[in-house]
Amino acid sequence: MTTFLAAVAVTALIALVLGVVIGVAARIFRVKSDARVELVIELLPGANCGGCGFAGCADFAKALVEGKTTPSRCAVSSQGTVAAIASALGVSAGDGFRQTAVVLCGGDRNQIHNNALYNGVADCVSAALIGGGFKGCEYGCLGMGSCARACPFGAIEIVNNLAIVHAELCVGCGKCVATCPRKLIRLVPAGSKVHVYCSSPRKGAEKRKVCDAGCIGCRKCQKLAPEVFEVAGTLAHVKYDHDHPADPALVEQVGCPTDALLTAEQHLKIEHETPEGRQKK
Amino acid sequence: MKKLFSLKGGIHPAYDGKALAREEAIQNAPLLAKYLVALQQGIGAPPEVLVAVGDKVKKGQLLAKAGGFVSSPIHAPSSGTVESFTETPGATGAPVRTLVLAADGLDEAVEFRGIADWTTAEPKELLRKIADAGIVGMGGAAFPTHVKLSPPPDKKIDYLLLNGAECEPYLTADARLMEESPERVVTGCRIMGRILGVEKLYIGVENNKPEAIAALRKAAEGTPVEVVGLATRYPQGGEKQLIRVLTGRVVPSGGLPMDAGCVVQNVGSAAAVADAVTQGIPLIERVVTVTGEAIRHPGNWRLRIGTPVLEAVRLAGGVVEEPGKLILGGPMMGFAQKSFGGTVQKNTSGILLLPERMVRQYESHECLRCGKCLSVCPMRLFPSQLATFSESEKYEDCAAGHVMDCIECGACAYTCPAHRPLVQYIRRAKAEIRRKQPKK
Repeated sequence: MTTFLAAVAVTALIALVLGVVIGVAARIFRVKSDARVELVIELLPGANCGGCGFAGCADFAKALVEGKTTPSRCAVSSQGTVAAIASALGVSAGDGFRQTAVVLCGGDRNQIHNNALYNGVADCVSAALIGGGFKGCEYGCLGMGSCARACPFGAIEIVNNLAIVHAELCVGCGKCVATCPRKLIRLVPAGSKVHVYCSSPRKGAEKRKVCDAGCIGCRKCQKLAPEVFEVAGTLAHVKYDHDHPADPALVEQVGCPTDALLTAEQHLKIEHETPEGRQKK
Repeated sequence: MKKLFSLKGGIHPAYDGKALAREEAIQNAPLLAKYLVALQQGIGAPPEVLVAVGDKVKKGQLLAKAGGFVSSPIHAPSSGTVESFTETPGATGAPVRTLVLAADGLDEAVEFRGIADWTTAEPKELLRKIADAGIVGMGGAAFPTHVKLSPPPDKKIDYLLLNGAECEPYLTADARLMEESPERVVTGCRIMGRILGVEKLYIGVENNKPEAIAALRKAAEGTPVEVVGLATRYPQGGEKQLIRVLTGRVVPSGGLPMDAGCVVQNVGSAAAVADAVTQGIPLIERVVTVTGEAIRHPGNWRLRIGTPVLEAVRLAGGVVEEPGKLILGGPMMGFAQKSFGGTVQKNTSGILLLPERMVRQYESHECLRCGKCLSVCPMRLFPSQLATFSESEKYEDCAAGHVMDCIECGACAYTCPAHRPLVQYIRRAKAEIRRKQPKK
């Protein structure tokens, strides 16, 4: 019995001494932290996506407190969160606006013809290093999912060798933009629903040889709505405007001959429709 | 007999395919109606184009001048008219700007002027001749030769090594060149030795080319050039490997051969140097091995720069069976092509067409940790680990494992029983590390 009590007493004594040491040490070596930083970190979503340009949420919070950036730079936070942070720090929310990623290629396995058998690392960056990739169009999505793996929010899906963005999951952090070896992904104002799904600056005839869904630069869209569409060379693009997003009905009205012009919903759907993909025009 | 140092690692394929073209003497190719001259050949700044569509050019006329010090000019391979500018797949398959020359069949040349006596000429004058002739490393990298011959004054060069190892399977172009024109190789070696002010000149040739060694030894009699037979082992012809074997020196990690007091040149480049200096002929043709089991008559041809690959295949009698893979260069380090649209460039040592039956699609598996790659790596790296790091995007760990020292010889991937694409993983890591490095 005494042995047992002795053991308890010794342990308790050690605990007491160590407790005092820790307590003293914590006072002497205390790191002064700004309570506001802690508060902002609490408010931030904690996704650590890096979309704000800082190395994670804690770093962003520190920058916010130091006044180096504005709350709206956080792509993940909702407007309510941004307002909460702004009022907590007593600063203005800033003029950032929500963005969403869009993969500007509509050439899935059925549209773009491969011109080589690829037998290597299943990764776009690696595949693009070999002779410029195996897809017939050197501006086409390789569809091996480097962007999908880079996305912290699981917003990108690969269907039929083509990356598609689920806009409701995308926060516009831009990780995919930096990953894509072909630079096909662009950040656009979150409200945009109309996109030209082609990034190839090649001539129309050259594009037609390798892809059924490439923009051939026919200017049909530009003629109908010059305030929305612009054709540079043989590639049309949408003039993205945050305040006045293009009307999805325009897609139907234009009637793009190659279906390069689509709404985001159509782009999501085409690959799922049939195993053969969309019907060729 | 020179004492040789040992080469660590390396492989020797049981079947090297060299028998297909080894006995075939170099043949001159007939003139073609069209030449497609790529305007960016190998490493360096793109040259500046001097001609326009419709211009008449003569053989050897300057088409594009060097776009900087590390750049090389390009000359017309034959006489004719500049028809247009287009794009062709370059050596790696990525498109390059290409000049289409409609040849007139006369093959009229500009006046070539060589240096009468190079043994007394100023080294500077010799160097300018080499730079003006557009000579590059003809073994594969196409690095401008005059740059390698202009080491900074603080680097003392003790050795000039000529690489005649030709360790790549299937290729026999260098072997035939050494056997048929050994005096040009030896002269080129001595000229470069004079430019560098180097006493020790070696030509390293693998022992599987006894005829070439004998011919070179005969041509080198009474000169300071020593011809050394090397063990037949891939990648014996790697720059750093050759330095190690011939001099015992080690190029420091991240360094260049000149950091070990060496300059290494290809034997083809040496022959081109001899032609440029003694006769003033620019680099407009080279010996190319057109070979492979799918080729009807494998052999070695003297092809003009800008010969379409398809024409070269036609020259060799076309195909005998369904082709499965076209490679420019050798099978180990050459570049697989997506089409026959490529052209012969200054660094095209071979055109290899393998039949479909020899081309396999591999499924790669997890690393077995057998260590085979470790034992064959000539750079003493740990390929499987580097690949695993690269796979999980741990590029800092790759860098710590000296991934940048990898020469991409492919010995590891060749030997890997799990068919892991080791070189591809390593190349990925190298590309990422280079991308993150601040631009100089």
